[in-house]
Amino acid sequence: MQSIVSVRHLSKTYDDGFKALKDINLEIRKGEIIALLGPNGAGKTTLISVICGIVNPSEGEVLVDGNNIITDFRATRSMIGLVPQELTIDSFSTVFAALSFSRGLFGKTPDPAYIESVLKDLSLWDKRNNRIIELSGGMKRRVLIGKALAHQPTVLFLDEPTAGVDVELRKDMWGLVRKLRDSGVTIILTTHYIEEAEEIADRIGIVTKGEILLVEEKDELMRKLGKKQLILDLVEPLTSLPESLLALSLEVSEDGATLTYTYDTQGEHTGITNLMEELRDAGIRFKDMRTTQRSLEDIFVKLVEEA
Amino acid sequence: MNWQGVKAIYAFEMERTRRTLMQSIIGPVISTSLYFVVFGAAIGSRIQQVDGISYGAFIVPGLVMLSLLTNSISNASFGIYFPKFTGTIYELLSAPISMFEALLGYVGAAATKSLILGAIILATAGFFVPLQIAHPFLMALFLLLTCISFSLFGFIIGIWANNFEKLQLIPLLIVTPLVFLGGSFYSASMLSPFWQTVTLFNPVLYLISGFRWSFYEISDVSVGVSLAMVLVFLTACLLIVSWIFRTGYHIKK
Repeated sequence: MQSIVSVRHLSKTYDDGFKALKDINLEIRKGEIIALLGPNGAGKTTLISVICGIVNPSEGEVLVDGNNIITDFRATRSMIGLVPQELTIDSFSTVFAALSFSRGLFGKTPDPAYIESVLKDLSLWDKRNNRIIELSGGMKRRVLIGKALAHQPTVLFLDEPTAGVDVELRKDMWGLVRKLRDSGVTIILTTHYIEEAEEIADRIGIVTKGEILLVEEKDELMRKLGKKQLILDLVEPLTSLPESLLALSLEVSEDGATLTYTYDTQGEHTGITNLMEELRDAGIRFKDMRTTQRSLEDIFVKLVEEA
Repeated sequence: MNWQGVKAIYAFEMERTRRTLMQSIIGPVISTSLYFVVFGAAIGSRIQQVDGISYGAFIVPGLVMLSLLTNSISNASFGIYFPKFTGTIYELLSAPISMFEALLGYVGAAATKSLILGAIILATAGFFVPLQIAHPFLMALFLLLTCISFSLFGFIIGIWANNFEKLQLIPLLIVTPLVFLGGSFYSASMLSPFWQTVTLFNPVLYLISGFRWSFYEISDVSVGVSLAMVLVFLTACLLIVSWIFRTGYHIKK
């Protein structure tokens, strides 16, 4: 698929010597939703800030649709919309004026009909004449999204878009993000909420200590790194594992009522058939069974810990 | 050239003035009117004429300059400092707008506000003292150059400041004393020779002197020198601003 944003050997060292980004390489595909996951201070916001023109890169280059962000800044910035992490917004403007200002700032002629459609999509039309200071936190967050969309960008950066937002609004926002993607907008979001990435992203990038650990299709990542567990509810509780089962990847629960078998979905053999035979031979019977898969959160924590 | 962007910033700043009409326009007009009442009518009536001009009329150019300088600086400095303080500057930095275009928007709006204020103060002065303007075009040129150059100066202060105290520091501790000691309320010729020489190092003297000449054809220094000094100040501000844009000083990390 065609790249819309290309980050090549990008590094950022601040004046105090802190290296926020170290030789980042990233290709963002046109029309995808890519989630950048990482702990606080990982460099996610710095990466976004460099691409958007807020922070100067120290080394490397960034291209947006083939245009360099430094030499062709007008072309690249016209294509980009940014929703910042903090609720940084002029509190005294009205909602409509705030979006109109953003549109003008990005060089677009006034288009009240378009602003109206954005406000309606964001359920803010009723609040168009309200001053932003009068709005709730969730509404302010939506105004920020509206401001970022006011100039009809083709690439949208969402920096922690649902931080501090209630569950209902979060789900609304996921719906909005999907709708934008369906309309052809490429979405890059950073998030702390693993479930958010799991829910809406096509690809996941894991960032830590200024480096990208991996970028992978979400489903592929889950498949590759997601270990499964088979949980057996036993008829008779076990006090300890019989000798013959010690070699298997089995764990007995504290009350002895369940046995947990961990296996790799990527392995040639899962070992489940063998497990069943061994259990039968050992005379262990079970009344129920179920499987669970490691969540993206487990995968993320493991990768970051290993880094 | 992103004219829409320039227009958006300009309109935003002018709207801010409308929202804060009391602070931006009415406040300075009232305080300047008080100067006219106190120095022009009350005390001025007991002071002899200065260079053949009544004292009340003599101080009009100085008072207009006092208001223009302080307001040009505060309008422009606050205009750029506030987005830095609130964090909304991210939008300016991520927009397809050059710093020169942003400067046009901010300084253009600050200078416009000051020009409007200057015109209102002049009109107000007409109620208190008999006003004559010998060279209206030169007066307008001085007004315009002063508004632009001190709005640029204010923009520099707004970029430099990283807290509200710094934002007020230069206007309060440097600009206001220079205006008061720059011949707003007296002619330099009233001072002893030593202090006359010292006053020549005050750049505001040249502004007020030239501006006053455009009204009454009296001045402490020649009008050509005054005009040249305003242009020198304007050039210095432009050079500093271009350095700020080149280096991203206090704007971009």
